[in-house]
Amino acid sequence: MLRLDCLRAIYPELEHCLVVTIMGATAAELHSLGHRPNFFYLQHAMGLASSTGLGLSLCLPDQKVVVLDGDGSLLMNLGSLSTMARYRPKNLVHVVFDNESLLSVGGFPTATSTGTDLEGIARAAGIPAVLTVRVVEDFRTAVKRALEGTQLTTIIAKVEAKGPAGYVTDLSLIENRFQFRRYIQSLKEQ
Amino acid sequence: MPVSLSSSKVIFNALKQCDIRLLSALPETWLVHLLRMADEDPDVTLVRLAKEEEGVGISAGAHFAGVKSGMLMQNHGFLASINGIVSFAHLYKIPLLMLISYRGTFGERDPWQTQGGNVTEALLRGMSIPYSFLDGIDTVEKRIRQAQTLAESSLQPVALLLTRDLMWEE
Repeated sequence: MLRLDCLRAIYPELEHCLVVTIMGATAAELHSLGHRPNFFYLQHAMGLASSTGLGLSLCLPDQKVVVLDGDGSLLMNLGSLSTMARYRPKNLVHVVFDNESLLSVGGFPTATSTGTDLEGIARAAGIPAVLTVRVVEDFRTAVKRALEGTQLTTIIAKVEAKGPAGYVTDLSLIENRFQFRRYIQSLKEQ
Repeated sequence: MPVSLSSSKVIFNALKQCDIRLLSALPETWLVHLLRMADEDPDVTLVRLAKEEEGVGISAGAHFAGVKSGMLMQNHGFLASINGIVSFAHLYKIPLLMLISYRGTFGERDPWQTQGGNVTEALLRGMSIPYSFLDGIDTVEKRIRQAQTLAESSLQPVALLLTRDLMWEE
């Protein structure tokens, strides 16, 4: 399963969600499908995409928030699973693309390549709904159900360690950040 | 425990005056009363963290959502947050109001706190983070208001160091 195919499969569902991605390949691939003002790409600060999603979902309980995380990033901030589980916002969907690799920084294998089980860790941390998917159709169904449901869900998507040739997009980090905040403010004014 | 309840109340009320509606925190001796007040206040969301750096992401999310937030931590928690501050808050111009208990200074009895005290201000200066002290009950409200004003106008992290003189009664 390719992450790009997964992203393509859920792209329509993301239209009305607040989306936070990790850096590198995940950000570049989502951007390549077509940037939207409700997408925020956290291009550094590995591990904090899930924390950002938690802050957003706690402050905006009526908005669906989707975090597109990765195994390398989540392993840098496993405590985030316990914090998310503690507050378990119903409007947060936490997707973890597990390619068993720090692909964007040279392809070094992560601990999930040697047996670390992120589904098990998330479940034991107390995340109320956790599942692992390995084919695109299951991924699409899992995300759709989680968005329609009312439980904090972590979806581990096992994907190949493949990504785009480059990661820099034509969207400046600062522009993305102000556009994202302005988008959220515009929702409040509706 | 001689943590000052009266000072904690003044700090908490000053935060509420600034419309702080979310506080992230990791328990620390000097912060116990503040944590309890935040927990009991229905207008404030308290997010108890596993590690302080998470608070940078949570405050960024709150900022995007238009909610004013603060971070309560010990100076060692500030040390643990540095990458998040630099590669999120500085990189993306995110305002952070950091209230940092300043352990390891004159009067510190816990040997394990002493190294953090040595480096806290040097690190704040090295990171170009504007900072000031909460060191007297009469100036708490004004300093917190000024700190938040600067954080919001400059879109950057600012720090207030909670001192022994204010937080500890013995």
